[in-house]
Amino acid sequence: MASVSIRKLGVSFGSLSVLRDLDLEVAEGEFIVLLGPSGCGKSTLLNAVAGLLDIDAGQVWIGGKNVTWEEPKDRGIGMVFQSYALYPRMTAEGNLTFGLRVAGVAKDEIARRVVRTAELLQIGPLLKRRPAELSGGQRQRVAIGRALVREAGVFLFDEPLSNLDAKLRTELRVELKKLHMTLGSTMIYVTHDQIEALTLADRVAVMHQGVIQQLAAPKEIYQRPVNRFVAGFVGSPAMNFISGELVVDSAPALRTQDGTTIPLSGYPFAEQSASGRQVVLGVRPEQIHFDAHAQAAAALPLKLTLVEPMGADSLLWGTIGEEQVSVRVGPDETHEHGEKIKVHFQPAAASIFDAKTGERL
Amino acid sequence: MARTRRRFNYSAVIGTIPMILVAVGVFVIGIAFTFFWSFTSSKLFPAYDFVGLRQYYRLWASDRWLVSVSNIWIYGLLTIGGNMVFGFLLAVFMDQNVRGEDLLRSIFLYPFAMSLIVTGLVWQWALDPNLGLQSAMHHWGWTSFHFAPLVDVNAAIYGLVVAGIWQGSGVSMAIMLAGLRGIDSEIWKAAKVDGIPPWRTYLFIALPMMRGALVTAFVLQCVSVVRVYDLIIAMTGGGPGISTNMPAVYVIDMITSSQNVGQGMAAATMMLVPIIVLLSIVGIVGWRRRLRAEAGA
Amino acid sequence: MSTVVSGADMRAAGAKPREDARRDAEGPKPERLSPGRIGIYAFLVVSALFFLIPLYIMVVTSLKTMPEIRLGHLFNLPSEVSLQPWIDAWLHACTGRDCFGLSPGFMNSVKITVPSVILSILIGSINGYALSFWRYKGANLLFGILLFGAFVPYQVVIYPLIIGFRVMGIYSTMTCIIIVHTIFGMPILTLLYRNFYAGLPIELFKAARVDGAGFWKTFFYVMVPMSVPITIVAIIIQVTGIWNDFLFGIIFSGRPNWPMTVQLNNIVNTTTGVREYNVNMAATILTAAVPLVIYFVSGRWFVRGIAAGAVKG
Repeated sequence: MASVSIRKLGVSFGSLSVLRDLDLEVAEGEFIVLLGPSGCGKSTLLNAVAGLLDIDAGQVWIGGKNVTWEEPKDRGIGMVFQSYALYPRMTAEGNLTFGLRVAGVAKDEIARRVVRTAELLQIGPLLKRRPAELSGGQRQRVAIGRALVREAGVFLFDEPLSNLDAKLRTELRVELKKLHMTLGSTMIYVTHDQIEALTLADRVAVMHQGVIQQLAAPKEIYQRPVNRFVAGFVGSPAMNFISGELVVDSAPALRTQDGTTIPLSGYPFAEQSASGRQVVLGVRPEQIHFDAHAQAAAALPLKLTLVEPMGADSLLWGTIGEEQVSVRVGPDETHEHGEKIKVHFQPAAASIFDAKTGERL
Repeated sequence: MARTRRRFNYSAVIGTIPMILVAVGVFVIGIAFTFFWSFTSSKLFPAYDFVGLRQYYRLWASDRWLVSVSNIWIYGLLTIGGNMVFGFLLAVFMDQNVRGEDLLRSIFLYPFAMSLIVTGLVWQWALDPNLGLQSAMHHWGWTSFHFAPLVDVNAAIYGLVVAGIWQGSGVSMAIMLAGLRGIDSEIWKAAKVDGIPPWRTYLFIALPMMRGALVTAFVLQCVSVVRVYDLIIAMTGGGPGISTNMPAVYVIDMITSSQNVGQGMAAATMMLVPIIVLLSIVGIVGWRRRLRAEAGA
Repeated sequence: MSTVVSGADMRAAGAKPREDARRDAEGPKPERLSPGRIGIYAFLVVSALFFLIPLYIMVVTSLKTMPEIRLGHLFNLPSEVSLQPWIDAWLHACTGRDCFGLSPGFMNSVKITVPSVILSILIGSINGYALSFWRYKGANLLFGILLFGAFVPYQVVIYPLIIGFRVMGIYSTMTCIIIVHTIFGMPILTLLYRNFYAGLPIELFKAARVDGAGFWKTFFYVMVPMSVPITIVAIIIQVTGIWNDFLFGIIFSGRPNWPMTVQLNNIVNTTTGVREYNVNMAATILTAAVPLVIYFVSGRWFVRGIAAGAVKG
C-alpha cells in the first residue's frame, strides 16, 4: 500500500501539450478513477505514473519516494492493460511469474505468490493454459493476476474492461471492487465509462483536455458537479440543460427564451448573483417528477414528444420552454404525443451553471 | 497514445552495431570511396592521385561501355515491360477463379527459386543453334524456324530478354495478384451491377487502384535489371564479342581481369545514377501526394 | 416459312427450351464452358508450358546419352535412360583444374549458406526489434541509409569491400563471404522484421517493461517466441538468395570455397573440348535442387515472403 503524489506534471508530445501543471494526491489504499472522454489525457497521466512515458515537467512520488526518473520496474507498480497484453507463447503461470523471474525472486516465494493470486482470482485451473486457450474474461483475470503477483504498492489499470462484452464487464467490475476491499491496495483506474467510475471509486477525477475538472467522491460528482462538462459527462441518461436568464426578484427564477419562468428558490447559490445573468439550469431526468395531481405553484408545463420504454422504467421526452428535456418515470406510464403534462423538481437538488464559463453557481 | 521512452538506451545501440557499421561503413563510406577512386588512375591497386574526369572521358569513349549502356536500356525496357505486362495478364487470368490455381501459381513462380546461373545455362542450352530449339523445330518439319539469338551479334540481347522474362514475370504476377486481391470486393460487385465488361473493369478500374503493387513490382524489376550479372555470364559471357555486355559485367571485368580499377569505379558510379533518379522520382511523387492529401484533408 | 422452332415443338421433341430451363432452375448454375472460359484456361496452360519447358528440357537432356543428344531432338524423351551424367556431374566433372564434380561445391554452399542465414536473420531481427520499440536518435536515419543500400547495385560497393577485406586480412575466405551475405541481407531482413514487430500490440512491450525486462530479455523471452511465422519467411528468402548467389561467391569466397553455382558455371562454360550437355544439365539440376525443393515444400510461405517483401513501409 503506497500513496501516490503527482506534482506539477507536464507532458507534451512535440508541440502539443497534453498535461500541464497537474497535481493529484492519492492516499494509501485509495481507489481513484481517472474518468474522461478520449483524448482528455487520462491514459497519458497513467503512463506517466507508470514510467512508460518521459515527462517534461514535474515529479511523481510513489510511497514517499521520488520516482520521476525511475524505470517502471523500480517504481513498485503493477499494471493491467486494456488488451490484456499477455505473452502469447507463455502459459498463464509463465505470464504471472515472468516479472518475478526477471527480478530474481526466489522460487519458493514465486510459488507462494502464484498460489495466493490464483486463489484470489480463481484462476488456479487455468495456470497451465496458453492465452489463446482462455476466454476474454479469463485472460483479463490472468492479466490482473500478473499485476497482483508483484505485490506492489500501487496498481494501475488502463481501461481494463473496455474489451469485454457488457455482461462480463459487469461481472468483473464487481470482482474488482471485492478485490479492492480484500487487498486494500492503492489503485489508479482509467476509464471512459462513468458507471465503472461511480461504482468502483473512492474518489473520481473527471478530466477534460488535460485538466482535472473535479476531484471528489462519486456521490459528490454526481449530485454537485462543479461545471457543465462534468454535469453532462456523468449520468446516464444525460442531465437536462435549460438555458435562460437569471431573474432575482423576491425569489430567484429562470426565465427562458419563450418566457417560461422556472422558480429556483431553495437553490444554494454560492454567492449573490445579479439579475440578467445568462445561466444554464441542469436537472437530471430522475429528479423531474411527473405527478398527475400537480400543485399549480411549482408545476411546469411539459409538451410531450415521445416515450422511450427502457424496461425498468421509461423516459419521457418533451419540451419545457423550447428546450428538450427528458423525464424518468415508471415503466407503465402511457401518454400521447403532444400531450401537455405538468412536472416539477426540487431546485435544491439541481445545478445551475454560468452560461459563459460553465462554472457552478 | 503513450509512446515509449525517448531516453538513451545503450543496449539498443549496442544491439544495432552491425546495422550502424553496415549503413555507415558500407553504404556511405563504401560509395564514397568508389566515387573517389573514379577520379584516380587506379590500375590493379587503388591509387590516390587525382586525374579529374579522365576516367569518365575514357569510359564514354569506350565501345564496350557504350554497348553496355545501350544493352541495359534495351534489356531493361523489354524485360521490365514484358514482365509487367505478362505478369499483369497472368494475374488477371489467375484472378478468374480457375481450378488448379495453386498448381498454376507454383509453376509460374518456380523460376524465381532458381539461380540466375541455372536460368542462364538452361536457356543457353535451349537456344543452342545446333542442338536446341531451332534444331528440334527443324526435325519436326518446320525447317524455316530460326531462333538462335545467342550466336548472332545483333540478336543475342533478345535471347537474354527471353530468359529475363521467363525468370521475372512470375514474381511480378505474384505481386500484382496480391494487389488485385487487395481491392475491396465491393468494387467488383458495383462494376458488375453497373454492367461494365470485365476487361474494362480490370484495365480502367482495378489497374489504377493497384498503384502500390505496380510500383513495387516495377521498382523491384528496375533494381534487378541494373545489377544483372549472373545471367549474362551464364548465357553469353558478354558475347558474342562484346554484344551482350552490361554495365555490371563491365565493372566486374574492369576490377578483375582488365585490372583497371579507375575505369571500373567510374562505371560503377554511373550505375548509381539511374537508381538515384528512380528513387528520387518515387520519393518526390510520394511526397507530393502526401502534401496533396494533407491539404485536401 | 418460319425457321424458328417454337417452344411447343421443342417440348414435343423432348427437348427443354430455355425459358423452361430458367423457370425450373434450381441448384448451382452449371459452369458453362463459354469461349471466354476456354480462352482463359488456354492462356494459362500455354503460359504454364512456357514456364515448364526449360525444366522439362533440363531433366530430359540430363538422362540422355551424348550420341542421342547429338541427334538434335531436344524435346524427345530419352530412348534409353542413363543416370551416368548425374554421377559424372556429382563426382567427376571438371571445374577448372580439379575434376571432382559438384560435390565439393555442394559442401561449400552448405558451409556458406547455413552460417550466413543464421547470422543475417539474427541481426535483421534485432535491428527490426530495436527500430520498432527502442527508436533512438538517428536510428531512423541509419535505417533509411540501409534501405537505400538495398537498391544500390552490388557492383557500386564491391571494390571498396574487396579492399576493406584485404586490409583486414580476411579476403577470399569463408568468413569473408559469410560477412558479405550478412551485409547484403541486412536491408530486406531489417525491413521485414521491423514491419512485423510494428504490427504487434505495443502493450505487450509495455507489459514487459513493467515486468522489468530490458532490451535483451524482452527480445529473447517475449519477441523471439512470437516471431516464428516471419522467421520462416526470412529463412526461405535467405536460403534461396544465398544458395543461388554467384557474384559474391566468385569474388569473396576464395577458390577452395567456391559455392555450387560457381562450380556449375565452370563445368559448363569453361570446358575445353567436347561439351557434355547431359552432364551439364544434370549439374544444373543438382545446383537448382535445394532451393527448388524448399520452394515446392514451403509453397504458401514463399508467396507470403514475396508479398511481405513487397509491402514496403
